[in-house]
Amino acid sequence: MKINSAHELEEATGQVPRIEGRPTFRMDGNDVPFDEGQSVLAAALAAGHFIPFLCYHPEFAPHGSCKVCSVRVNGRTHASCTQPAREGDVVESNVDDLKELRKGIVQFLFVEGNHFCPSCEASGSCTLQAVAYDVGMTNAHFNPLFPDRPVDASHPEVLLDFNRCILCELCVRASALVDQKNVFALSGRGITKHLVVNSETGKLGDTDLSVDDKAMNVCPVGAILRKRRGFAVPIGQRRYDQHPISEVATNNIAGPVPTKPTE
Amino acid sequence: MGGSIPFNHAVLMPLNSNGENGSENQAARAGAHEREFDLLEITTRHGRSSSHLLPILHEVMALLGCVPPAVITQLAHELGVPRGQVEGVVGFYAFFSAEPRGHFRVLFSDNITDEMAGSVELRERMLEAFRLLPGEVSRDGLVSIGTTSCTGLCDQGPALLVNDRAIPRLTPARIGAITSLIRGDVPVERWPGNLFTIHSHIEKRDLLLSSELEPGSAIDAALARGAEGTIQEISDSGLRGRGGAGFSTGAKWAACRAAPGSVHYVVCNADEGEPGTFKDRELLTHYADAVIEGMTVAGFAIGATKSVLYLRAEYGFLVEPLKATLAERRSAGLLGAGVRGSFDFDVELVLGAGAYVCGEESALLESLEGKRGIPRNRPPYPVTHGFKQEPTLVNNVETLLAAAYVARDGAAFLRGVGTPTSPGTKIISVSGDVARPGIYEYPFGFTLKSVLEDAGAQSPMAVQVGGPSGTLLSASEFGRRVAFEDVPCAGALIVFDGSRDMLRVVENFARFFAHESCGFCTPCRVGTTLNAQMMQRIVAGTGSRRDLKDLDKVSQLMKRASHCGLGTTAAKPILDALLKFRPAFEQRLRSLDVLPTFDLDEALAPAREVTARDDAGAHFAEEER
Repeated sequence: MKINSAHELEEATGQVPRIEGRPTFRMDGNDVPFDEGQSVLAAALAAGHFIPFLCYHPEFAPHGSCKVCSVRVNGRTHASCTQPAREGDVVESNVDDLKELRKGIVQFLFVEGNHFCPSCEASGSCTLQAVAYDVGMTNAHFNPLFPDRPVDASHPEVLLDFNRCILCELCVRASALVDQKNVFALSGRGITKHLVVNSETGKLGDTDLSVDDKAMNVCPVGAILRKRRGFAVPIGQRRYDQHPISEVATNNIAGPVPTKPTE
Repeated sequence: MGGSIPFNHAVLMPLNSNGENGSENQAARAGAHEREFDLLEITTRHGRSSSHLLPILHEVMALLGCVPPAVITQLAHELGVPRGQVEGVVGFYAFFSAEPRGHFRVLFSDNITDEMAGSVELRERMLEAFRLLPGEVSRDGLVSIGTTSCTGLCDQGPALLVNDRAIPRLTPARIGAITSLIRGDVPVERWPGNLFTIHSHIEKRDLLLSSELEPGSAIDAALARGAEGTIQEISDSGLRGRGGAGFSTGAKWAACRAAPGSVHYVVCNADEGEPGTFKDRELLTHYADAVIEGMTVAGFAIGATKSVLYLRAEYGFLVEPLKATLAERRSAGLLGAGVRGSFDFDVELVLGAGAYVCGEESALLESLEGKRGIPRNRPPYPVTHGFKQEPTLVNNVETLLAAAYVARDGAAFLRGVGTPTSPGTKIISVSGDVARPGIYEYPFGFTLKSVLEDAGAQSPMAVQVGGPSGTLLSASEFGRRVAFEDVPCAGALIVFDGSRDMLRVVENFARFFAHESCGFCTPCRVGTTLNAQMMQRIVAGTGSRRDLKDLDKVSQLMKRASHCGLGTTAAKPILDALLKFRPAFEQRLRSLDVLPTFDLDEALAPAREVTARDDAGAHFAEEER
């Protein structure tokens, strides 16, 4: 019997292939190596295989709330950011039904908030927008909920636009863990869940948030913006303007990645 | 010291009249609520521990009727946590509120069984009496009237909560009496006691409900067998978790015992929030001693000295009797230091605060830690990383009751009864269109038909087994059996006769899940609301074919991608009904594929209200109708 690939070797011998001595799982026909304790998502991205995500950030513990990174592991759907990679697991990601599922979740996020890309300062650097392109979303499909969310412009340097918040909690986590300021938190539940600011007035201006804070710069959408810095990076030169997120997030492009205007 | 802050309700509640003699009321109200409010005393009594946030907030709510922003700031300061964390907890639980509500907070239970028994009409009657809109606070701050999720009184509905105290068996006469008591500003503590009496309807007893447990007998038997021997008996009995999931209780106990940790905990899950379920209410009313004995045996078996009985706040009427039972057991040497002279074990009673999701064990643990009740990422599971990340055994009330008897009598207690894969009995709460609502106990494997006959159901058309998160069965399926291997049932059986509109039933369930979604994950947070909106449109006769397709699409997405059991099951009633009652949906649709979702006439409603006009000229005539 002629063995052509690692996978066939596995089938023939019952052994899971190793890559550079590291264990692997199999995703969409590729053997993906991982380190002990790594998630399916982190391992896949490191190996150059993109899985769309929103609430995940490599510098923070995975959160698992947006569910955009859902994959099928041994037949069951899991968020790949919280799913530990295990040797020999069979992972499906780039398959039709999961692509449709992810598109639905992204559409949910679009109808939940008030997202108008053409007038948004984050357009081009926005992870939600980039992921929407990646999943092939051409419209929001469901009826928009049009929530009433006033903006908070009380801070001298920062504009907080709740309309664009996707509740990924990255600012909450960054402010607590990196800045150690706890400027942000969540309140409410269900569809009324919302970002709150850690001051008695509820105003950002009454907090000690500063423009250098991690919380300020980790927002994947246009919810936390630096004032008076509009269009510092022209449209067309922004992070996802020249390369889709699938290339940016897996470091599959040569040269530096254009930064977000707030950075 | 800064712990004491003067607090005047009159500042929070803009004064105005509700009745004819509003100004006198105002003066009385302002005086009644002006008080020195000593938050430091409360937090000190709770050890200034943030994990006691829920009991602290219950006390604040009882004193002030809300948790105002200044109190949130002060609490955060005294507990040493970020202000946003306290605000987030206040905003999460239905029993807490940062905004002032009425001095009398009336909340009608809006389970489908309450609605079937006439709660909507009674609520409207009361709103009309006070000239209020739902959720609105009367201008003198006297009263607010809203709705709350199922209060677990489905055998004696409609029911309501007034200042968190349950009143069942509502009638127009009772509503009239309540209205008068509120108008007279009579403190709830002085209302006639019979208003609050909860009846028991134990209609059929089998293995558990007909057994009696001599206090201490199960503990003695467990001591004689030893911890591992006791776990072996539980495993051999085939006991499976009665809360719904059906996991092997023996395996859970063994895993928890084996898990390394500096301390182990036992938690009794009495957060019975599934609409239509009230069996734990009855078990904790009449069998509390045996349930606590089950907890004690579990503590001995897994090596825990501390435990918590997490009771849903809607069952506040059980607090005093349960405390009395705990005190009795302590004085009998069955709880506390040196139980039967050999191990330490005690039980703390903790109240939830109105969040269905806290019935999920990891969300319950978050709640116990004084946090928002968000289900955790699993693994790790609570048996290894539970309360404060220590090994924790979470069992349902009924499971612990059965465990007490197994500990006393051995595995054979359950093995002779039920089916091979579902040994023992199941206690179910039967409500809806039956002559004798109440709790019924059957050996596993019983048919729905037998329950319907026993409970006196006339021409039943459908049964919701296991509550909204369970299974909707139509008449052709009444021969099916309740057991883990056929139709699993956590405890509710809601019966609908031929006169009921199944779309309204499903719409009620969809509304329930939208209200109870914790909001952590996108599929459940957004999906439950989209589904509730589509169901509302269809019931109102303005749904389109596209809504039917989207109901299916949203439901499938939630089922597959949600974070916890709430989200994965929330759409089941819709999927079941689309399958089994599809003609009911189709008859209700308007024949268009797509309908405008923006209702011009509805958009004019605020203008009509402001101008007090409701004539034809103030409405958009819809030409196509």
